[in-house]
Amino acid sequence: MLAYIVRRVINAIITLLVVTAVTFGIFFAIPKATGSDPALLYIGKQSDPAAIEGIRQKMGFDDPIYVQYGKFLKGIVAGRDYANGPDVTHCPAPCLGYSFATEQEVTPLLLEDIPVTLSLALGAAVLWLIMGISFGVISALRRGSFVDRAAMTTALAGVSLPVYFTGLLSSAIFVYWLGWLPQGQYVPFLENPADWFVNLILPWITLAFLFAATYARLTRANMLETLGEDYVRTARAKGLTERVVIGKHALRSGLTPIVTVFGLDLGALLGGAVLTETVFNLRGLGYQALTAIRQNDLPIILGVTLIAAFFIVFANLIVDLVYGWIDPRVRLA
Amino acid sequence: MSLGPEASVTDEMTPPTADAADRPGEKAIAGRSLKQIAWRRLKKDKVAIAGACVVIFLIVVAILAPLLIRWLGHPIDEYHQEKLDLETGTGLPKGALGGISWDFLLGVEPQSGRDIFSRIVFGAQTTLTVAFLSAFVSTILGTVFGLAAGFLGGWVDSVISRIMDFLLAFPQLLFAIALLSVLPDEFAGLGTRWSRVVVLVGVIGFFGWPYIGRIVRGQTLSLREREFVEASRSMGARSGRILFRELLPNLAAPILVYTTLIIPTNILTEAALSFLGVGIPPPNPSWGGMLSDAVQFYQVDPMYMIVPGAVIFITVLAFNLFGDGLRDALDPKAR
Repeated sequence: MLAYIVRRVINAIITLLVVTAVTFGIFFAIPKATGSDPALLYIGKQSDPAAIEGIRQKMGFDDPIYVQYGKFLKGIVAGRDYANGPDVTHCPAPCLGYSFATEQEVTPLLLEDIPVTLSLALGAAVLWLIMGISFGVISALRRGSFVDRAAMTTALAGVSLPVYFTGLLSSAIFVYWLGWLPQGQYVPFLENPADWFVNLILPWITLAFLFAATYARLTRANMLETLGEDYVRTARAKGLTERVVIGKHALRSGLTPIVTVFGLDLGALLGGAVLTETVFNLRGLGYQALTAIRQNDLPIILGVTLIAAFFIVFANLIVDLVYGWIDPRVRLA
Repeated sequence: MSLGPEASVTDEMTPPTADAADRPGEKAIAGRSLKQIAWRRLKKDKVAIAGACVVIFLIVVAILAPLLIRWLGHPIDEYHQEKLDLETGTGLPKGALGGISWDFLLGVEPQSGRDIFSRIVFGAQTTLTVAFLSAFVSTILGTVFGLAAGFLGGWVDSVISRIMDFLLAFPQLLFAIALLSVLPDEFAGLGTRWSRVVVLVGVIGFFGWPYIGRIVRGQTLSLREREFVEASRSMGARSGRILFRELLPNLAAPILVYTTLIIPTNILTEAALSFLGVGIPPPNPSWGGMLSDAVQFYQVDPMYMIVPGAVIFITVLAFNLFGDGLRDALDPKAR
């Protein structure tokens, strides 16, 4: 097991390095190739040439790309100094660079956004796991029944509805017309848990609906496949009660594929639920990234992409480890 | 997928879309070919056929967009201020339901007074072009790399599998947004609309290929060991023949199914990117862009939001229904 864990961790680190390299390469190579100046992207278009030259010196844009990448990595691990003659800015580790559009360090800026995204993603995840798996299992067990057909029709609608439409529609109905819920605004949990909850209900449900639909379909398909396996028939033939057959034998292998998908989905969401955050005006990582994109604030875009990649890789790692524990055969592969 | 080796007889496995109905018997192969079995099953699936009809209708609408706009609508950039309530200063469409009338079938855009019907129809053209072409790109890349990984094995498999894992473990939407924001808006004299279409096809198509690649690789791995491949090899067939005459025809069904199912995902992605402002740039109409414009009016003019939202929903649902039906028809086990 230890060898398996070590192998997975090394894999995860390599993946992160590749993601940083590719992201870095694209954000600094493409602007160069298309003739735009990264210094200009940093500082905005209406700056005087001297200021631009200063930025270029300070950020080291004249260095070869691999030198810039090395400095960037060093900044994450050990912090770095941006220097242009006497003008020195120190950026402590983990340094993700310096945003010129907001004139702030990227790391603390993004740290502020993480709780918002975390609240949104975790709350929605709880909802969609409960709804998706229970409807999926019930549909599989009562195949062809009214519940099955109703659940699957709803699920099919769910996977076909874009979250930015359901989000707008639900806020039009529940916030504007019925007035049951407040106009969404994030309230930190520690400040007022009740407000935190009330304000997140609509985003949670909207986001969870989309995923619950996918999970219900997936769970149903997996369960149906498992229920057709020989060992389930054997368990039934042994005279076990239906409760034990389903609960102990079928569910375990029927739900293992869900673990993989769940890890990936949650990991991806933690890196910023761009659409949901935009629709509900939640200032999380995704919202931040989008704002940064509109302002051409490359360091923030790079930072969010990296954090997002980190979450995905980390979630993958957890999934791999959990999988090795659930299914011992995986360790040998 | 448990498709018998007899499926390999059907070299010209064409998609059993509804247009095959116009010419029954043509290309029909004696015996029960997979195509015939699947077509018979698909015909019975009313829901899938309904989905297929909507899909065909949408494709026709997209192709005939300029004509439809001339007959039933108004030019996409014509401002009908007379249809707006300018006296009270709200700039909202006159009349109920966002100004829906015989003249303006889906209503009028608030503030600008453009014809929503024309913009939806024109947007259909863009959206479907992006969705189909990017699905095509994903399929080609996924098939080539999946086949290579599964058939060649060894280090080729390791490298390709690692790349696929890597791409799937990537913050895709975020990355697509960021990438689209640094790529040029216009190049090669294509104009803003088609330049963006090309870029979107590239980005969406590229991020989609690992999904198909994984499936093709898995199928190739299991097919490679089957008796008919062994038989072919023992008869002295070269790799090229085994790949294209033995393996590929057997892979046609899963590839077709997953290509069909990737199209609705692409439609949602394109709409999402346009909604976020990095897709099709205004003033070119796009469904996602219209929803994004509707955000500021949804309290006072909900129809403006509902129309593009419903159109996206119906389109994606139709493709999903058809794709699901196709999968069930080609793979009896997945029912």
